[in-house]
Amino acid sequence: MLGRTANGLYWMFRYIERAENIARLVDAGLRVSLTRAGSSDEDWHGVLESAGVREAYSEVHDKMTAADAVDYLLRDRANLSSVMSCIEAGRNNARMVRTALTRETWEATNEAWIDLKARMSRKLKAADLPELIGVIKHRCGLIRGAFHGSMLRNEIYNFARIGTFIERADNTARILDVKYYVLLPSVSQVGSALDNFQWESILRSVSAHRSYGWVYDGEYQASNIADMLILQVQMPRSLAYCYEKIVSNLRYLSEDYAGERLTAHDTADAIRTMLKRGSVTEIMDQGLHEFLEDFVYRNNQLSAEISDGYRFYQ
Amino acid sequence: MELRFYLRQLRMVLALPSTLYSYGQKKGNASLAFDEMLTAENLPRPPYKDYHEWYAAQDTAHLIRKTQDAENIFRKTGITFAVYGHADSSEKLIPFDIIPRIISAREWRKLAQGIEQRVLALNAFLDDIYHKQEIIKAGRIPRELIEKNSAFLPEMIGFKPPGGVYTHIVGTDIVRTGEDQFYVLEDNARTPSGVSYMLENRETMMQMFPELFTLNKVQRVEDYPRLLRQSLAAVAPPGCKGKPRVAVLTPGIYNSAYYEHSFLADQMGVELVEGSDLRVLDGKVQMRTTRGYEAIDVLYRRVDDDFLDPLTFRADSALGVPGIMDVYRAGNITIANAPGTGISDDKAIYSYMPEIVEFYTGRKALLENVPTWRCSEPDSLKYVLENIADLVIKEVHGSGGYGMLVGPTATKKERADFAEKLAAKPGNYIAQPTLALSTVPIFVNKGVAPRHVDLRPYVLVSDKVKIIPGGLTRVALKQGSLVVNSSQGGGTKDTWVLED
Repeated sequence: MLGRTANGLYWMFRYIERAENIARLVDAGLRVSLTRAGSSDEDWHGVLESAGVREAYSEVHDKMTAADAVDYLLRDRANLSSVMSCIEAGRNNARMVRTALTRETWEATNEAWIDLKARMSRKLKAADLPELIGVIKHRCGLIRGAFHGSMLRNEIYNFARIGTFIERADNTARILDVKYYVLLPSVSQVGSALDNFQWESILRSVSAHRSYGWVYDGEYQASNIADMLILQVQMPRSLAYCYEKIVSNLRYLSEDYAGERLTAHDTADAIRTMLKRGSVTEIMDQGLHEFLEDFVYRNNQLSAEISDGYRFYQ
Repeated sequence: MELRFYLRQLRMVLALPSTLYSYGQKKGNASLAFDEMLTAENLPRPPYKDYHEWYAAQDTAHLIRKTQDAENIFRKTGITFAVYGHADSSEKLIPFDIIPRIISAREWRKLAQGIEQRVLALNAFLDDIYHKQEIIKAGRIPRELIEKNSAFLPEMIGFKPPGGVYTHIVGTDIVRTGEDQFYVLEDNARTPSGVSYMLENRETMMQMFPELFTLNKVQRVEDYPRLLRQSLAAVAPPGCKGKPRVAVLTPGIYNSAYYEHSFLADQMGVELVEGSDLRVLDGKVQMRTTRGYEAIDVLYRRVDDDFLDPLTFRADSALGVPGIMDVYRAGNITIANAPGTGISDDKAIYSYMPEIVEFYTGRKALLENVPTWRCSEPDSLKYVLENIADLVIKEVHGSGGYGMLVGPTATKKERADFAEKLAAKPGNYIAQPTLALSTVPIFVNKGVAPRHVDLRPYVLVSDKVKIIPGGLTRVALKQGSLVVNSSQGGGTKDTWVLED
């Protein structure tokens, strides 16, 4: 496969994943503003922070308002991580690697772009947001479904999957890092209404507020929430789950390429081992924030090693 | 009136195609043109007989819906093209008309013979002007017309491309003016585009109206990608050992024909590469893969000559491969079409095509040329300036319907401005009479209306010549318009060649 094609697939799926994650973040943000007594527009700082665009936002907006923040996150093309920008970048990458995709996968991607472009061509009304967010998740789900249902399990599949999970791990780690302070033992008092509320919002951002109950019997507890998002391999957006997938997709690639192992394989293995053996207590002792910062750094490093090793650019 | 009764009446009106299906009073200025479907008495001509009968039984509302369906299919598949200079609407659909253009087996045989003769003559001509130049020595073509032409590449002199083939893919533009009157309008011998529309139009028609294909025996066009791959593999370079590796070279996703490039690569099952994927290593053109560099043997390039090799041609080109011309000359890659073929479809050369065909095949051309005035010749220039209102004047190097004047529809001012340009650089222009291009009906919301068409069949040349039975029919959607180019508001139709 062309290095450029591998690159296109990797980024196509990173962008689709990012679009969906941003939609989840906005969803959780809206939920906060609905349910929390005395909620203020300031809450959107945290959402923008999780999306990694807080600074960029303040460069174009003087004030923080819910409407501006939502618009910036969903449809502003000046924001390279807005849902619309991501869908467009994903679709442009798909066009570039069109020959590597099945017709179904391509059409699902193209239709997502056509549909969302039409829906976001005008300023968004607050009343339309729940439906729009539903459509974004739905469209991303269709792309994923078409991809799973129709693509050969070969190198194409593996590069796409690696892109998906590198992006997802990065997003989950950022969401946690923005809110890490509400999970710190010193601050949290079990059962306080405020904490419950913050914690639920974290879980909502990764669509895990329901599954949490199945895994940890109901009560919100800071250490359990950290455990779920970092170490729980059954949870499809946890760091541990992402690394299970990254490691196995990298292994398939290596098997496909006559056993060739690259630096990326060692890096991914090391991260996976760290997540497999780690415990929440250790992580908290070491410092949750420091742990997450280090993780995001290593995750990026792995991404760079993959693009070098498989000749994405040179 | 009772509602149910009213609705039935309404449906009867909508379903009265026999009255809707004549052009009635609205033939307008197309009325002088030959209509391929209907005679002057509004009766269907033989190839359209079955279709006409089928159409008469259709409900107009149903066909309107089908037109919408077709548009959705094209949009969702992403069969779009970019119009340069339209930043806001960077991707557009080419309008598709649901009424097919139908050609009988007999008509097609005649066309195919003429096209084959012409394509063989083009290749012989290219071989000659890059080697012995006998046609110049024989005084049939002025030397400066070749050697001073920017499409003539001195780099190709004395070099024989693999298999002796210059024009691997040709799209011959043909227009019709009467029952048996066909003219070649242009020979597209560089990188003719549009073949993906031929294939997608057929695919769409088969999806929407499967019953039509049991009613009519239509010759297949679907084999094109397979034949193209075979044809390219058949002219692998001498340096290729084993199975030839084919790739399509595209300028990238922002090119107006990018959809077609990816479509063809996908259908052939070969890599779609960009200049940045390629480099010359160990005397071969190689592509950067996830496992390292791998050699390519045959490159179907959709990049113009000028951009092919920055070391040989335009130094600022980022679309090509530095050094590819050296690899080519060393016999280690086939470039399709060969560099320098543009000289054969140059509009200045076009007027010499009857002589060219006769010179190389020893026979009169089976397909006629449109009479052409070369404005470089003083007598012709005089004639053209005097008759500017009746002529179509084209730039010798122009394409896509840009830089031309359609005399009869131009305003006085446009004519005067153009006459000035023409007088300043007469050598840049040729002129042709405005032909009464044939019409084929298109479907409009009220029924049908005649519109002018042309036809681009596709020809593959390797050790043999293959002409795909069909082609791309382009149709001018505006009433009375003669400009069929997609960049100028033209549409397309599925083109059927019937079996005997």
